[in-house]
Amino acid sequence: MVPVQVKGEVLDMRRVGAYHVLSLTAPGITDITRPGHFVTLGIGGEESSMVLRRAFAIHQVQSRGVYGGTLDVVIGVHGKGTRWLSERRRHDVIDIVGPLGRPFVLPKERVACVLIGGGYGSAPLFMLAEQLRERGCRVDVVVGASTEEKLFGVLDLKRLASTLTITTDDGSLGEHGRVTDVLPALMDRVDAGVVYACGPMGMLQAVAELATERRTYSQCAVEEAMACGIGVCMTCVVPVIGEDGVTRMLRSCVEGPVFRGDRVRWADVGTIPPDTLGAPEQGGH
Amino acid sequence: MTRAVISSGPMPGTEPTMHMDMATDLAGILMPSPVLTASGCAAAGRELDQFFDITQIGAVVTKSVMLQPRSGRPTPRMAETPSGMLNSIGLQGPGIDRFLEHDLSWLDERGARTIVSIAGRTVDEYAKLAARLRTAPGVDGIEVNISCPNVEDRGQVFACDPTAAANVLQAVRRNSDPRMPIFAKLSPDVTDIVGVAESVVRAGATGVSVINTLLGMVINPDTMRPHLAGITGGLSGPAIRPVAVRCVWQIRKAFPDLPIIGMGGIRSGLDALEFILAGADAVSVGTVVFHDPSSPMRIHEELEQALVERGFATVAEAVGYAHRGADPVDQEDDLDFISE
Repeated sequence: MVPVQVKGEVLDMRRVGAYHVLSLTAPGITDITRPGHFVTLGIGGEESSMVLRRAFAIHQVQSRGVYGGTLDVVIGVHGKGTRWLSERRRHDVIDIVGPLGRPFVLPKERVACVLIGGGYGSAPLFMLAEQLRERGCRVDVVVGASTEEKLFGVLDLKRLASTLTITTDDGSLGEHGRVTDVLPALMDRVDAGVVYACGPMGMLQAVAELATERRTYSQCAVEEAMACGIGVCMTCVVPVIGEDGVTRMLRSCVEGPVFRGDRVRWADVGTIPPDTLGAPEQGGH
Repeated sequence: MTRAVISSGPMPGTEPTMHMDMATDLAGILMPSPVLTASGCAAAGRELDQFFDITQIGAVVTKSVMLQPRSGRPTPRMAETPSGMLNSIGLQGPGIDRFLEHDLSWLDERGARTIVSIAGRTVDEYAKLAARLRTAPGVDGIEVNISCPNVEDRGQVFACDPTAAANVLQAVRRNSDPRMPIFAKLSPDVTDIVGVAESVVRAGATGVSVINTLLGMVINPDTMRPHLAGITGGLSGPAIRPVAVRCVWQIRKAFPDLPIIGMGGIRSGLDALEFILAGADAVSVGTVVFHDPSSPMRIHEELEQALVERGFATVAEAVGYAHRGADPVDQEDDLDFISE
């Protein structure tokens, strides 16, 4: 898989709850996209004062049709760059690079899979659910958010999953609480073979720890701040334990964004653990 | 200056295609283009080779490598700033052994020209790095990073002290092939960059790379603390371009024949032209790569167009062109003024 850089045309921008869904033409990208891949979008046009691209998980792709390949991303407006994006309209042109990153690994056997999405972290789980079902895997989905408005794609997920469980911190929809409150019972009930998760770091940590305690394989898509998205800048690193037992600072953009849940040192994200390869002896780098 | 002649007019309905020889001789490194990558913004070429043919640009300047593997600093390592960014990576890298085995050998096999950037904590580490590179195939030049702002001890920014800078360059020169082009990468965070340039040239540098990032800082208004885990970081991008052009100008003025690689916020061919007119023999493009991974090749093409449009037949003709004397008419006016 080799990523490409293309000009995409905005086909549609629509509000969904607290988010915006942007549909773009993406020639050459959609055919090679797998669940968990992401794209980066150039912000503000050619003379932009915002020099860094913004990364988004690919939500959906349509490979065929009159536009020759289109993709959807879900945008949460957090700052100037995402606001600019949310203000794009039909026919505007956006620079796209993708597909990027390591996608989710799919099981060879027909095991039961539990998919967990926090906020708009549910976006890449749609394609994943479809492909798992095509392989004959049972798919159960849990989505959680602080409040109803910040859930994404509840109706569509209901259609894709054997069961959909919703949790909100404020109880505005579904169970009052967090995804990890309902996860253990669900994993037991369906005899989960794999857990997939995408969402904020805190949620990923809790899900990965639960899965690891139960000796269940987990795959987590992280959301780290990136500058380049293609592996050259080294800003998006997280501490990950390798097969050799050595911790390294790995780039979320090329060695992730999907990591094995039991390999990421979640509690140490944002630090350099002292036993990391090349860690400073004292005082920091 | 000879003027390039556009041999044929534009075909009806097409843009005129104007080409010139972009070949550049940078301190003996023969390159098909004066456009290089900037250290730290292209890793070791592999990733960018997906977006353009890295053998078609001047050279890949690799991310500064140290003797040992290095984890770098905690995250957040980056903050976007107006027309720029702060980075606080802290020289994360694989160490020289793995770099030679895994990265340099790939670049050599790929046929890319390579300028290897090295960084040490002590003069001795720089000497050892140079010695390791002496026997490694595929090194076209060495860039000595004496100006990374992201180190634990600001006293270690060798480029801020002419004597310390000279000590490093002397050590690298002594341990390198005498014919190896060696560039000292200078910091703009000094009072007298020309003085530092003079010092490293006396110590054996073949040329200079100007500029590294400027030391900067961002405070997050939500957390009301420094945004970067490393507190301070290096500012790069178009925001620093005028500072970089000024540094190139000053050094070219002082050293008419010194090989200079100019860099700092280049985003377009016209930006690259500015550096060349100020006196850069070649340019490195860095932060723009994060915005546009194909940009080195695009900037090469835009620069070619800009040079042709201005009547230059070679890149060398344009180097330092902004330093030429004032137009004769103006000079006469000046003389009249003085005689009164």
